Amino acid sequence: MSAESYAWTAHEIRDAVTSGAVSARAVAESYLARIEACDQKVQAYVDVWAESALAQADAVDARLARGEDVGPLAGVPVGLKDLFCTKQGFTTCCSKILKGYRSPFDATVVERLADAGAVFLGKLNMDEFAMGSSTENSAVQVTRNPWNLACVPGGSSGGSAAAVAADECAFALGSDTGGSIRQPAACCGCVGLKPTYGRVSRYGLVAFASSLDQVGPLTKDVEDCALAMNVLSGRDERDSTSADLPVGDFTAALRPDAKGLRIGLPKEYFTDALGADMREKIEAAVSALEGQGAEVVEVSLPHTEYAVAVYYIICTAEASANLARFDGVRYGHRAAAAADVEELYRRTKTEGFGPEVQRRILLGTYVLSSGYYDAYYSKAQRVRSLIRKDFLDAFEQCDVIVGPTSPTPAFRLGEKTADPLEMYLSDIYTISINLAGIPAMSMPCGLTESGLPAGLQIMGKPFDEATILRVGYAYEQNRGLDMGRPAVA
Amino acid sequence: MGKITKQDVEYVSGLAHLTLDEETKERLVGELSEILGYMEKLNELDTSNIEPTMHALEMTNVYREDKVQPSLDRETALMNAPDSDGEYFLVPKILDTE
Amino acid sequence: MEYEAVIGMEVHVELNTDSKVFCGCSTDFDAPPNTNVCPVCLGMPGVLPVINRMAVEYSVAAGLALGCTISRWSKMDRKNYFYPDLAKNYQISQYDLPLTYDGSLEIEVDGVRKRIGITRAHLEEDTARNTHSLGGGVSGVDFNRSGVALLEIVSEPDIRSAAEAFAYLTALKQILQYLGVSDCNMEEGSLRAEANISLRPVGATEFGTKTEVKNVASFSGTQRAIEYEIARQRAILEEGGAVLQETRGWDADRGVTVSQRSKESAHDYRYFPEPDLVPLAVDEAWEATIRETLPELPQARRDRFMEQYGLPAYDTGVLTADRAMADYFEAVVEAGAEPKQAGNWVMGDLQKLLADGDVPIGECRVEPDGLAAMIGLIDKGVISGKIAKDVLAEMFATGKAPGTVVEQRGLVQISDADELAEVARAVIEANPGPAGDYRGGKKNALGFLVGQMMKATKGKANPKLANELLQHELEKG
Repeated sequence: MSAESYAWTAHEIRDAVTSGAVSARAVAESYLARIEACDQKVQAYVDVWAESALAQADAVDARLARGEDVGPLAGVPVGLKDLFCTKQGFTTCCSKILKGYRSPFDATVVERLADAGAVFLGKLNMDEFAMGSSTENSAVQVTRNPWNLACVPGGSSGGSAAAVAADECAFALGSDTGGSIRQPAACCGCVGLKPTYGRVSRYGLVAFASSLDQVGPLTKDVEDCALAMNVLSGRDERDSTSADLPVGDFTAALRPDAKGLRIGLPKEYFTDALGADMREKIEAAVSALEGQGAEVVEVSLPHTEYAVAVYYIICTAEASANLARFDGVRYGHRAAAAADVEELYRRTKTEGFGPEVQRRILLGTYVLSSGYYDAYYSKAQRVRSLIRKDFLDAFEQCDVIVGPTSPTPAFRLGEKTADPLEMYLSDIYTISINLAGIPAMSMPCGLTESGLPAGLQIMGKPFDEATILRVGYAYEQNRGLDMGRPAVA
Repeated sequence: MGKITKQDVEYVSGLAHLTLDEETKERLVGELSEILGYMEKLNELDTSNIEPTMHALEMTNVYREDKVQPSLDRETALMNAPDSDGEYFLVPKILDTE
Repeated sequence: MEYEAVIGMEVHVELNTDSKVFCGCSTDFDAPPNTNVCPVCLGMPGVLPVINRMAVEYSVAAGLALGCTISRWSKMDRKNYFYPDLAKNYQISQYDLPLTYDGSLEIEVDGVRKRIGITRAHLEEDTARNTHSLGGGVSGVDFNRSGVALLEIVSEPDIRSAAEAFAYLTALKQILQYLGVSDCNMEEGSLRAEANISLRPVGATEFGTKTEVKNVASFSGTQRAIEYEIARQRAILEEGGAVLQETRGWDADRGVTVSQRSKESAHDYRYFPEPDLVPLAVDEAWEATIRETLPELPQARRDRFMEQYGLPAYDTGVLTADRAMADYFEAVVEAGAEPKQAGNWVMGDLQKLLADGDVPIGECRVEPDGLAAMIGLIDKGVISGKIAKDVLAEMFATGKAPGTVVEQRGLVQISDADELAEVARAVIEANPGPAGDYRGGKKNALGFLVGQMMKATKGKANPKLANELLQHELEKG
């Protein structure tokens, strides 16, 4: 273990703090110093909470000194994507329209992390309202990929992934509507899990597309992911869509082998769209899993090619309603000197929302508008049923499905900003999972020739995050590759 | 399905309360047409016998009991208001008799 | 040409839940502005609705009472439009799968009974209130009402006159109040009615162009507004003009309807299923449980009152108009009073005392068994019916038992023949004229003398005995 605690994983920190080997304060100081050293370049944080982080760390140390229970994340420094509502600081979704907004409540997941002893380092950059795949749509700043500062960190949880990759937090919270945890995790070489829809409470997550959004962790390794999921998961009476199912102990399910597991490879994911370099990395990972005792079967997800179209109908429709509330009446930006309410709305929204958000609001409004509902929204909901059925059928033959997280590694800043459809198509492997509501995790499986991480995606049955984590852990323990850490500072 | 006109863009921006300049309108006609054109793919599928999925989760009947919970104090409720008199959220005078 | 009116009603009632439909804020509408609000009903970022079970049960109860079918599978939808009173700029409502649908309501106008079809009754959330009286070129928004549970009840276009519309609203209010699901107080805004009105030539089957009349603050105002609107449309049609499809507001002061600008340039509500809520599935067992809680409904109670108590139609109508009144009446009978007498006292003196004091019957200090006891005192000849009116007034004011009032004020009827005979003699002596008239054959002079006896005894003389004794004394002397 490195002398610097910022390089440690969350479970290493928790163990060291709980055993008294290091104080929570020392860990927090180490991370704050790391942020100080790196974030000028990475630009992951939009707000750093140094003072309160130290106070929270001191509180953990004090509880320990009194012999009190300190929770499973005692002293673990965490970063929060800026769409989690926090009483502390601002909650802006990296949008001008929420500049200066202070939430009167904490998101359920923030409460759960706090109760588990986590220390909050601050808020992380993202695409405005989570709409994007590169974090370039942030109204605040451009975050860079710690592996190559000329490249994007992915998105929309790009700040979260970059902060984890650059050791600027032990783990981070992200949200995933169409790949927004997994794709940046792949781009930045971290582990990122999108849980089953309903596994983690969405209360306090500012909504993008309500039927697709899900909260999840971005971590340095699979064990940390399991640890975070133990804390985050479970029924919340404030979220009607949170499932009332037992959570179990995800860390207890981790085993360093894949014996008896059947791994499905969807033939639709291994087409020409997948770069050769990327394909090679995925195939190597699959071989490694075979070496651990897994059996590999080919499966088919025949409606994969329709997922992008379905996704952009449903998510924009839902977003057009979810974002209607930002109107300058109760909170947020208000255009100056509007003569009447109509002008107030128009100017506030036009000034406050960035181009991608406006484009999606317009698209979503269009697909729901009179005369088009059946052709677009209703049609998309029906094809969504087919996509979901594809997965459930495939899981008749296997325990997990494995494939790439994205067709290419991180692209260069500005490379895809001109063509929205091309940007949308880079989500091809991730969005079906949100449409089906199933869990999926991205984890690093080596560096491509360009020196950027490749992401392996492991998809599981509904509410079977445990098997995903077990497969991921088996691979991680035995993959026999040392990617190292990005050299940022 | 597919082709979107400038009138469509104007109609939809009216519903969404966004003001678009001419250049933006032109750009959006192109972008939205391309995206909506891509969505025509869905017409390849016969979905007449397929039920729509509203939720990936098959849940029904999630309720709260009819119990009063504490509200926000007014100061907190109005904390983020761009304009307020300490009692109400203020907006430009609504002339509509609704 | 003869025209007939075709009218459909849309009625919104606030449900009587303690907390709002999607959050735990109180529904108390008297609270100072923006004090019954939380992140959910203010539509703050990150919040989610959780539906109030009681609001669903009240909706189902209302649907059952209106003879509706209960949807086994229902859902909430988002209705999108912008207005400062709408916190999220969408209203959570129901679109294609309402909780209840296909019912009817019986009304009676001029002794004729008629059924009005109920298209649907669906659950939604109320909006905030805007106030325009703050001056300074601003309007204020108070979100206390934002998110209160509303039931929207939509009728078929079966109503043919303003009087039928009035009867429909009255019957609907009566049923909902019987159920206890809403106060239905139009003045306080817990019931709001809109009428869709069109005219067509008698005999035609196609509908004419309709207008929607809003902003009515009372049932009688609704009736006047519909009468006005029918006349206005008839005048247009008779001149060969065309009715414009629009929303019109009722101006009660001027007694006219006025065209209103629509609140959204286009009414394109872009409904879609609310993804933050899961479907509502009221199965047969749940429906049966709710059905068991339904009270006897007004029509059934009227029929029973006529049959069981032998009351005339008019009396049963008055006594059952309000469930609490009917319950009260039955409690008086239960406590031993004769039904017709009990009815007269409840509809007459008691109702007047309640109305004059603006006291709801639930807060009446005269308990049903007290009223029954008072009627018993009349029956037993302890007090006269006339004295009883005073006794009741005092019971009403103080909450005392009738026996106590009678005793404390010395109101026991004088039924002592010797004592009254003495009074009779004194009255005859003091009024020689009328006494002579009686003896001379003018028998109606007796009434005056009885009156004098009552006066002399401060109304306590047993009237029957007083009558007999006077006759006796006059005839013997």
